Order: sequence, then structure tokens, then C-alpha cells
Amino acid sequence: MSFSHLPIKGSSPLRSQFAGVLYSQAFRSTIYQVAMAIFVLFAGYYLYSNVMENLRAQNIATGFRFLSEVSQFQIGETLIEYSARDTYFRALLVGLLNTLAVSAVGIVVATVLGFSVGIARTSDNWLLGKLARFYVEIVRNIPVILQVIFWSVVIRNLPAPRGAFELWGAGFLSNRGLTLAMPLGHPSHFWMLMGLIAGIILSVGAAKLVRRRNEKTGKHVDSLWVSLALIVGLPLLVWLVFGAPLEMSVPQRTGFSFSGGSTLSPEFVALLMGISIYASGFIAEIVRSGIQATPRGQIEAAKTIGLKPWFITRYIIMPQALRVIVPPLTSQYVSLSKNSSIAVVVGYPDLVNIGNTVMNQTGQAVEAVAIMMIVYLTISVATSLVMNFYNRLVAIKER
Amino acid sequence: MRDLKACLLAATVALTAMPAAPALAANGDTLKQVKERGLVLCGVHPARHGFAAPDSKGVWEGFEVDFCKAVAAAALGDAEKVRYVPLSSQQRFPAIQSGEVDVLARNVTANLSRDTALGLNFAPPIFYTGTGFLVRADSGVKEVEDLDGAVICMAPGSTTERNIAQIFAARGLKYTPVVIENNKQLVDAYVTGRCDALTKDKAALPGVRAVDTPNPAEHVLLDGIYSKEPLAMAVRQGDDEWYDIVKWVVYATFNAEEMKVSQANVDEMLKSEDPDIQTLVGVIGDNGSKLGLDQKWSYNIIKQVGNYADIYDRHFGPSTAIALDRDLNRLWNDGGILYGEPMN
Repeated sequence: MSFSHLPIKGSSPLRSQFAGVLYSQAFRSTIYQVAMAIFVLFAGYYLYSNVMENLRAQNIATGFRFLSEVSQFQIGETLIEYSARDTYFRALLVGLLNTLAVSAVGIVVATVLGFSVGIARTSDNWLLGKLARFYVEIVRNIPVILQVIFWSVVIRNLPAPRGAFELWGAGFLSNRGLTLAMPLGHPSHFWMLMGLIAGIILSVGAAKLVRRRNEKTGKHVDSLWVSLALIVGLPLLVWLVFGAPLEMSVPQRTGFSFSGGSTLSPEFVALLMGISIYASGFIAEIVRSGIQATPRGQIEAAKTIGLKPWFITRYIIMPQALRVIVPPLTSQYVSLSKNSSIAVVVGYPDLVNIGNTVMNQTGQAVEAVAIMMIVYLTISVATSLVMNFYNRLVAIKER
Repeated sequence: MRDLKACLLAATVALTAMPAAPALAANGDTLKQVKERGLVLCGVHPARHGFAAPDSKGVWEGFEVDFCKAVAAAALGDAEKVRYVPLSSQQRFPAIQSGEVDVLARNVTANLSRDTALGLNFAPPIFYTGTGFLVRADSGVKEVEDLDGAVICMAPGSTTERNIAQIFAARGLKYTPVVIENNKQLVDAYVTGRCDALTKDKAALPGVRAVDTPNPAEHVLLDGIYSKEPLAMAVRQGDDEWYDIVKWVVYATFNAEEMKVSQANVDEMLKSEDPDIQTLVGVIGDNGSKLGLDQKWSYNIIKQVGNYADIYDRHFGPSTAIALDRDLNRLWNDGGILYGEPMN
């Protein structure tokens, strides 16, 4: 039905008033939105009640009570204390932390790799540019699952612990993973972390002060060095205050593998390399497009007034490149954390891997999948929020 | 605007009119559907040599595949009328619950929580086994105690994960599990040395050693069975008639072996004077109509698929690559625990 052919103003005043409301754009769009919302809620409720009714009718257990039951299974890698006597809830928490760990490290690795390759792509050096392009085309065009399997096969074919490569006394590389010497636990570590956080917070303020001083005196000091000094210097200072503890746990060969040190498992390394190298190809192209988005004329103008290349990159190219780079970078980070669920293929105990086991032991597939969906949604939304906040910082300020 | 309204209206009407369609098995439904379809949908393991795996020509074969065939022979009179649905550990229970398959013959261990919380019914176990370990012959491992501190490869979602936790905790041993879903990746992780041991149901390990490892002589099975794993076919709760059919298909294979009625001699046995045998092959009695099946249902099983010994020897007998001792899977009067309830 369409009323658009009717006159908007009726003959009687009452009717015209009524019609005025009826035909107002705001009123109509509100009605449609309310109708849509009701429809979506109704559809959701229908699907939910249908599932619940069917599960009940088939005598299949429902609800989230299983979360407090004892899991009775062991997990290979855990960031928190966990044993087979803990609950399913804690097992899922272990999986979630593993997912977050591999995603966080993956984002850092992908960013460093991606920015390096992206900058190399814009290089005037012919060989470097071509090599970077070759890298991008390869890693972008091979499905991520194959890349993860590739790295897992490469690692599995390293020598066994008995014939492990020794890394200059600092650790071993074998098909059981990368075992490295680690500083022994010490109370100073906590305060060093606090120092790092304080350094990051202080550097934001320091950057403002430096800028104000630059504007006042006209003499240029790069705030980057001040920030870097604070972020590195504070934890270092804390470490020195504690008397520079240097005790290390050095790995030794024992029985089936090694004792001491810390081990990055083959599954973690394979998954990390697969998902972060894959993402780095896309990030490289995002960075390249960002850099090339700066009009050539601006760079030439900067050169004519004699600015140094580093100064041009830092103050002319980067600020403009970042606002092009950040929005698509966000979606790369989000898809990297979702790609971490490929863990099931290589056996890294991430949320999905543990969720699968929980699902099988309890038979509560609907609940377990719902938990996984909510968690991934939360991770993705949180990543987007942080990146949007950063985007506001680097975006052009409309004054 | 008109389109949007029409869409909304149509969708609302469709949703309201849609009945809450339960995928629930009511009594007699499954057999009716099987007959209408002319096929039994059977959930099987995607690749477990000896139990279920497609051969080089893509034809499914194995111990559990034969039990799928036995169900089809009983229900439809033709053992070939089966569609095999390969299912991963995760997929198997949702598949039977949702009606995607009629019967699950997929290395399922029968236990209390699956029987209740999953809404399943288990037919009598067709294969008794337990957790076993495959280790490298040169590792010097002789018993589970030698695996202290070892890395152990296993599949997710199986009862194995629990059993290993229990076996090691009970002995105060430590281990690191590596849990991989894909069977190829799992065996590969063990073969390349990522893990010190591969654990699975003991019955599955000889198949892994014979078929999946490049050099079977380099690997040995640890002696002993460390848990109870009665493997049984499962059906949905709610359709007792279909449950009875699957249950008596299993007992028919046990009883046929006990009465020495085999695939080779079943036609002669039609002339037997023994009333028990006459009942078994359907010459007398009305077992067929009691189960809602053809009177020749059990004859068809024996003729087209065989008795329990025929099926076992075809896949695990001495002449096969796997060559597995029958052990517990002998008849009760032969030192095993297979005991077919009488069919009268």
C-alpha cells in the first residue's frame, strides 16, 4: 500500500492534523524501526523457544548448570592454575586466556611485520620493493588454514629433543617447541610492570609538555624520544633499584624433554606464525595505501624547504597515513583474533578446542556454542572500541 | 516502502503460522521414514580402519559399517540400502539427536551421561575395548608408569580425554595432552615425534599402526587395557520400536554365531530340525511381525552380512592386516562376554 499519491493536507483541520503526524518523516521512520525491532525480537524468541522445547522433548539436558561441574580432563597449556579437578567454567576460562594470548601476540607480530613490509613496498629500492610485493602476494593468497598447517608440519619435522638445536646456551629448538632461558620469578617483576604502565601514562602528558615548549621556544625536540625514555627508563630504574636481579632458569635436557626455562609449544608457534603472517600481508597493503595517500606535492614542498627525510616521515606522512590506515587495520585485528580459532586443526587449546571437548562431554552443544559466540563477539567489539578510540586521536581534527 | 511492508507482513505471517516443529522421534516414526526413503542413514567414523573407512574405490567397509548393513538388511531386506554419513566426534551426537542419521554406529562408548543427558538409547555393545597406548619401540616404554612426564596425543571429545586424566591421576603421574581433532593431523603429530604416545581405544590402535604409520615395526602397543569402553550403536530416545529393532539385530548376530548359523550355511539351516534355529531364520514363529519387520529379517542379516564371527573375522580376523585377538568379544560360552538374549 502506498499513500504517497494522497494530498498531505486534508480538508478538515482534525484530519489534517492527524495526517500531518501520519505523514511526518520522523513518525514513519520511528514506526518502521519499532516494527522491525518487534519482528527481530519475536523471531529470536521463536527460535529460542523452539530449540528449548525440542531439547526438552528429546530429553537432552539444557541450561548452564554444567559450568560448575568437574571437567575431568587435562589441558596441555594453561596460563592459570588448572587441573582435571577444576570446573568446566575454569576450563573454558583457560581456553579464553589462551585465545587472548595468541591473538594479542599475533596482533603485535602482524603489526611489526606488516608495517615493515608495507614501508618496504613504497621503497625506491627496486629489489626491496619487489621482494615485499612478492611476500604480500604469497601470504595474502594462500588460505590461512593451509599456512597454519604448513608451519605445524615444519615445526614437527625439527629434530626430537635429543637432537635439539642448541641456541648458544640460551635454549633449545626442537619438535617440542622453543624452550628458552627465563628470568626466575622475582618481586621486582611486578614493580617493573607498574613502572611500564606509569611510563606509558606519563609519556602522554610529557608529549603535551614537549609540544608546548616547542611552540614557545621555537626549538624542536621530538616528543617520541621523551616518551621512549620514560617507557623504557622507568622499568629499568625499578630493576636497578631492586639490585638488578639476574638469576635465570636455564633449560636442561631431561627424560622426555626439558626442564627449566619456558617453552613456547609447537602448536602455539605454528598458530601464531600462520595467523600473524597471513594478516601481515593485508596490513602491509593497508600501510602502503596509507603512505601513498599523502599527496606527492606535500612531500616535494617539504623537501624544497629543506626538511630532513625523518622529519617528513614523522610529521607529514605519518599523521596523514594513520587516519587512512587505522580503520581497515581494526578489521584486520578483529579477523586475526577470529582466525585464532583455527587452533583446533593443530591442537592448540584455545577457546574453541576446549569448547569442543566440553560440548562432547556434556552434550550441551547449544550452550557451548552460544558461549563461544558471545566471547568472540565481545573480543571483536572490544578490539573495535579500542581502535575507534585510537582512530579519534589520529583523525583530522575539525576545528 | 511497499516492498518493505509486504516483506514484513509475509515474514510475520510465515513465522506465526509455522508450527513449533519438533525433530522428535515418536514411536514407529523412524522405521516408517526408513521404509519411505528406502535407505538407512547410518552415522559412521570418517576413517577408522577396521571399524569404518572408505576403501580405495570409495566403498565403505568395516566392522561398524557391517552393523549398519545388518540394520538395513533387517529393516529393508537389502544390506546395500545404507547411506553412510561420516561424522567427527563433535558431530556425532547432534547428528543422531537432530534426526540427520537413523542410527549411530561410530565407536560410541555407552555410558550413563550419554544415555541420559544426550537423549540417546544404547543397543547392546558390539565391541568391548578400553584405552590403549601406541609408543615408539625404541622409547623403552613398557607400561603406563614409564610415561611419566610424557606428551600424549589424543582426539578431542572422546571418553579418552577423561580416561587419561583419571589413569594418570590415579598413579600420581604427570603428562601433557595435545588434543587434535583431525585424525590425519593427530597421527602425523605422533609419527613425527611431537608426542611420546598416541592414545585411543585399544581396538583402534592396530589399525592406526598397520595403515597410518610409515613403518609399523617401529611402534608397539602397551600391554593392558586401562578403561572400560563398551562400543554400542545408539538411537534417539522416544522411538522404542526402532530401538527394539536395532537391539535385536545385534542379538541376532550373537545368537546366529552361538547356534553356528553362518553366512556360508544359512540356506542349509533353513531345513534344520532345531526349533531355536527355525525361529532364528524365520521358518517358524512371528518375530518379524512382532518387530514390525519382514519374517525373513534375521535370515537376511545372516545371509547378506553374516553372524558376529563372520563380521569380526572379516575386519579383525587373523588374515587381516589388523589381526586383533577377540579377547572379551567372544561368546559367553567361549570365555567372552557376548551374550545374546533368547529370541523366543
